Amino acid sequence: MPLPQESSRRLDKAVERIMVWVLRLGGWASVLVTFGIVITLITESEPFFSKVPFRRLITDKMWTPLFADPQYGISALLAGTLVTTGVALLVAVPLGTILAIYLSEFAPVRLRELVKPMLELLSAVPTVVYGYFALLTLTPLLQKIYPDLPQFSMLSAGLIMGIMIIPYVTSLGEDSMRSVPMLLREGAFALGDGKLGVALRVVFPGAFSGLAAAYVLAISRAVGETMIVAIAAGLQPKLTFNPLDSAATVTAFIVQVSLGDLPHGSIGYQSIFAAGAVLFLMTLGFNLAGHALRRRFHRAA
Amino acid sequence: MRFAGDSIVLPEHFLEHQKGRALRRKAIDRWFGRLGLILTLGTLGVLAILLLNLAANGLFRIDWHFLTSFPSRRAAEAGVLSAWVGTALLMLVTASLAIPLGVAAGIYLEEYAPKNKWTDFVEINIANLAGVPSILYGLMALGLFVYKFRFGQSILAGGMALGCLVLPIVIVSTREALRTIPAMIREAAFALGATRWQAVWHHLLPYSTGGIATGVILSMSRAIGESSPLITIGALTFIAFLPPPALLDHAPYVSFEWVFSPFTALPIQMFNWVSRPGEEFQANAAAAGLLLMVITLGMNGAAILLRRHAQRNIKW
Amino acid sequence: MVSTQPQPLSPAKNEPLPGISLGGRTNVDPAEDKKPVPAKVQIQELSFFYGTHQVLRSVTLEVPKDQVTALIGPSGCGKTTLLRCLNRMHDLYPGNRYEGSVKLQPEGIDILGPGMDPIQVRMRFGMVFQKPNPFPKSIYENVAYGLRLQGMSKRRELDERVEKALREAALWDEVKSRLHGLAHNLSGGQQQRLCIARAIATDPDVVLFDEPTSALDPIATSKIEELIVELKKRVTVVIVTHNLQQAGRISDMTAFMYLGELIEFGETNRVFTNPAKPQTEDYISGRFG
Repeated sequence: MPLPQESSRRLDKAVERIMVWVLRLGGWASVLVTFGIVITLITESEPFFSKVPFRRLITDKMWTPLFADPQYGISALLAGTLVTTGVALLVAVPLGTILAIYLSEFAPVRLRELVKPMLELLSAVPTVVYGYFALLTLTPLLQKIYPDLPQFSMLSAGLIMGIMIIPYVTSLGEDSMRSVPMLLREGAFALGDGKLGVALRVVFPGAFSGLAAAYVLAISRAVGETMIVAIAAGLQPKLTFNPLDSAATVTAFIVQVSLGDLPHGSIGYQSIFAAGAVLFLMTLGFNLAGHALRRRFHRAA
Repeated sequence: MRFAGDSIVLPEHFLEHQKGRALRRKAIDRWFGRLGLILTLGTLGVLAILLLNLAANGLFRIDWHFLTSFPSRRAAEAGVLSAWVGTALLMLVTASLAIPLGVAAGIYLEEYAPKNKWTDFVEINIANLAGVPSILYGLMALGLFVYKFRFGQSILAGGMALGCLVLPIVIVSTREALRTIPAMIREAAFALGATRWQAVWHHLLPYSTGGIATGVILSMSRAIGESSPLITIGALTFIAFLPPPALLDHAPYVSFEWVFSPFTALPIQMFNWVSRPGEEFQANAAAAGLLLMVITLGMNGAAILLRRHAQRNIKW
Repeated sequence: MVSTQPQPLSPAKNEPLPGISLGGRTNVDPAEDKKPVPAKVQIQELSFFYGTHQVLRSVTLEVPKDQVTALIGPSGCGKTTLLRCLNRMHDLYPGNRYEGSVKLQPEGIDILGPGMDPIQVRMRFGMVFQKPNPFPKSIYENVAYGLRLQGMSKRRELDERVEKALREAALWDEVKSRLHGLAHNLSGGQQQRLCIARAIATDPDVVLFDEPTSALDPIATSKIEELIVELKKRVTVVIVTHNLQQAGRISDMTAFMYLGELIEFGETNRVFTNPAKPQTEDYISGRFG
């Protein structure tokens, strides 16, 4: 058969070359976004960090950069983040791991296929709605048990946050466990071990880096959470490690200041970018660690 | 997993010494199975209870008036009109940014990009973006879109912030959808003389539409529920007006003025009401939350069904 | 193709190919190899590198026009690699390198030459793969795709060419009433014949078969073998197979490869009954696989 016309081939080639460039733009878009975030955080927080001596960030006991006599103890905010994250992990890690083991090693396939998407829904609920639950449903409930609980508490926010991040632990954890080869389990079963024994002695260690990745990514998610803590844990920075207290997290502080007037370049404006920079570094660390762990898991598998 | 031997009764002296241990192991397994089931149902049950609570507190507030009124200082008269219109317009901007760029990036990374350090970097970068807290997208939008690009505290800035936020979701689901197509199909197309773009356009995109659509729906669902980036760029919580209309009754008949308009959104409105004391505002918050849940669950459910349907249709 | 024997030696599918002894074909004269047949593809000193790893070593081979040439050899010998060099499929993946030349006759153009467009090369070849891989489209669209790529768009032209291809692939009668049904609803053997129709619809010069029947049952296999013997009347066929009996049944020429080198190449009958190289004999008699 005579070959296609030269002209139509040339057109095809031209289209190919154009499309490669168009598609490449998409790839660049994601890089640009990261670039945008990093550059903005650096440039807009630089005035704050150059003005405030590093020492004060650590030694000041309160975080009140917008006051007449400003205090720059960022540890007040970090404490809030730490405690709420801690409470959340106390809920999500044990519960999520047990669920992961159950779904991976015990549950019948039909149940697993049904439950997994439903668990994913837990992380799809808008965080304002979770905030509502924490403040208006859970807190009154907890107050029935412990009447001295304040209206805003890190406990309440942390518990709801824990429920929100269960899917992070369960989904990744269960995937990691299921990819441990059946052959390894069979060795233990052949020796007479039971399902739980095999799960704890063979599967869990085998899936460990995958599970560790899941935990680390869950931590990252908890640290970055904003609305639940802003609504239910309080907006006043306070250096306290008592979950029954109210306190602001790094993220809640950003929300609180944003709710007010924010003229470009004002001290409030600079301080939220400073908080954002700190937040970015924290979550970046956790994310990179999490992905390194995941890579190690996949390579070992 | 049920074992065949679960219900077999063994003769008395089958396992002299270890019988106790074996029976104990079986009992532990049974208890753990029950524990797992209880915890699973319990976790899902907690979600169900919270939702029912939301409905109990807010369902009665949802009526035509609620959906078509502006917010008001009088709780009983307040409504979500400006909020849901704002959300809808925001989604328009978000979708027009995230979908083309995300699908293009997904195609590029999966079908074109050579395996080198630069591509690795892009992939790590996307994975990292997916884990960046949403409020940081708001901070970026504040510094870059609101001030540097001078878009102001507008739907454009908000939509772009959300677009950047959901971009990784679209990219990842596009890649995964493309990955399910076996290499042999690509080779068959190439062997017939197709260029890479022809293979993508004639085969890969049509066969992966289900998966890509699923990802798009999930990303939009995520965008609708986000509030912290919008708060940061200054979405106002009390807006008693709608953005200027997009369609005009005079030339040039289409206007983009709305893109630069201040705005509010459904989650922002809910946040505002939750922060106010008083049962009436709380009821409004519950109603807004219920609307958000219906939208979110609806979209997620649709995405799941779509994924199942697409998987059933094309068997590789 | 004749020999000194009075009886015709065309490979008939009904003749079994025993391991060492070949019934009535034991006295083929090894010196009388082939009557000159025009070459379709001239492979000269072809080497292929996957990164730094050399997979093909200086292969020189003339594929005769309108005949079936079989490439045989143990796993890893490079036969599939050689096949995929011919339509430059390796270009799709990074890290590959060709050396030497592959000339398509009668024009004499080197397929591997600089400036040669791999896509145009692929349009002169057709390829059928190991597992049937029809597109998840209708039967009609599967066959029409190659034609559309080459610019054909008129409905009536397409209809004619699709029917012609399906007839040549011995599939027309079975599918003519459901041309617009999905290709996936066909059986494995039918799907593979569809893939053959797809490959020949554009009238390629050469059709490349990569172990086309390894995933099929014996009945489907024999249908396809019949098809290939028919096809060679119009196109040159190169087939990779690790089924020696198949090579004996349908091919005119056989090339035996081992560890990336072409060990022996000649008329099938001669190669199977009187191999010149000891490795060939060892492989054919099953001493190694």
